[in-house]
Amino acid sequence: MKKKLGIATGAAMMIAAGVMANGQRDAILSGFAAEAGVSSFSVDAGRTLFLSQNTGGKEATPSCTSCHSNNPQAQGRTRVGKVIEPMAVSVNPERFTDPEKVEKWFRRNCTSVLGRECTAEEKGNFMAFMMSQ
Amino acid sequence: MKKLMTLAGAAALTLASLPTQAASPWVVENATAQEECSACHMAYAPGFLPKRSWQAIMANLSDHFGEDASLGDAARQEIELYFTAVAPRQVNGVAANAAPLRITDLRWFRGEHGSRLRNRAANDPNIATMSNCTACHRGAERGFFDDD
Repeated sequence: MKKKLGIATGAAMMIAAGVMANGQRDAILSGFAAEAGVSSFSVDAGRTLFLSQNTGGKEATPSCTSCHSNNPQAQGRTRVGKVIEPMAVSVNPERFTDPEKVEKWFRRNCTSVLGRECTAEEKGNFMAFMMSQ
Repeated sequence: MKKLMTLAGAAALTLASLPTQAASPWVVENATAQEECSACHMAYAPGFLPKRSWQAIMANLSDHFGEDASLGDAARQEIELYFTAVAPRQVNGVAANAAPLRITDLRWFRGEHGSRLRNRAANDPNIATMSNCTACHRGAERGFFDDD
C-alpha cells in the first residue's frame, strides 16, 4: 500500500512537473509571438528551417542537422564528439523551459548555421516543430 | 621577506577561493567555466595553455573554432578571470610570446598522439576528433591522463 501510494505521488509529481514545463514553454512562445506580431506559429516552417542546408553561416555547420541529426527524437553530437540530448519535447521534456538558455542557443546556433540571428517568428516556428515531435 | 609576502598572498588566495587546497591547473574548478565549456566539449583545464592563449580564446568566442560560442558579459568575464588566474605563464615547448589556440597542436600533444592514434580517432565515430579526450582517457575531467 505504502509503495503504491509512493508511486501515485511520484506520478502526480511528474505530471505537475510536465504541466509546469508546458507553462514555461508557452510563456516563451508567447514572448516570441508578441515580438513577431503573430498569433500562431507554423510547425512546417519550423521543420523546413531545421532541415535547411545553408551557406551563409560557418562552414562546419551548414544545417541544424549537422549536430542535431535529422531526427529530432534522436541524440545528436557536437563537432567534438559530445552527445547532444534530443530536441523533441516528447522525449526530452526539459527542452525550451529556460528562457535564458533558449535565447543563448538560438543566438549562437542561428549565427553558426545562418550567419545571422533568427527572427522571433523563426524561433517560434522552430519551437513549435520541436513541441510537435 | 619577499618569500613571506608571497606565502601570505598564496594563503589569502587559497582561503578566498578554496578552503582546503590551492587551485589545480589540471581540473576545471570554476562552476561557470565547467558548465559553459562542457556544453559542447570536455572543459579543458587551464594548465594546458598559457594565460595569453586563454585570453585570445575568450576574446573571440563568436568564432570559436568555427562556431559561435558567445556568452553574456558576466559569464565571459568570470571564466576569463578564472582561466587567467590559474593558467601558467609559460608552457613547455611553447615560445614565450606565442599564443597557440589548439591544445592538439602543441608539440608534446602531437608527440604523445602519433599517426596511428590519429587515424584511429578519425575512423571511429565515437572518438570523432583528437579534441575528444574522454573518449579514451576516462579520467580526463579529473585530470588523469595516464590510463593509456
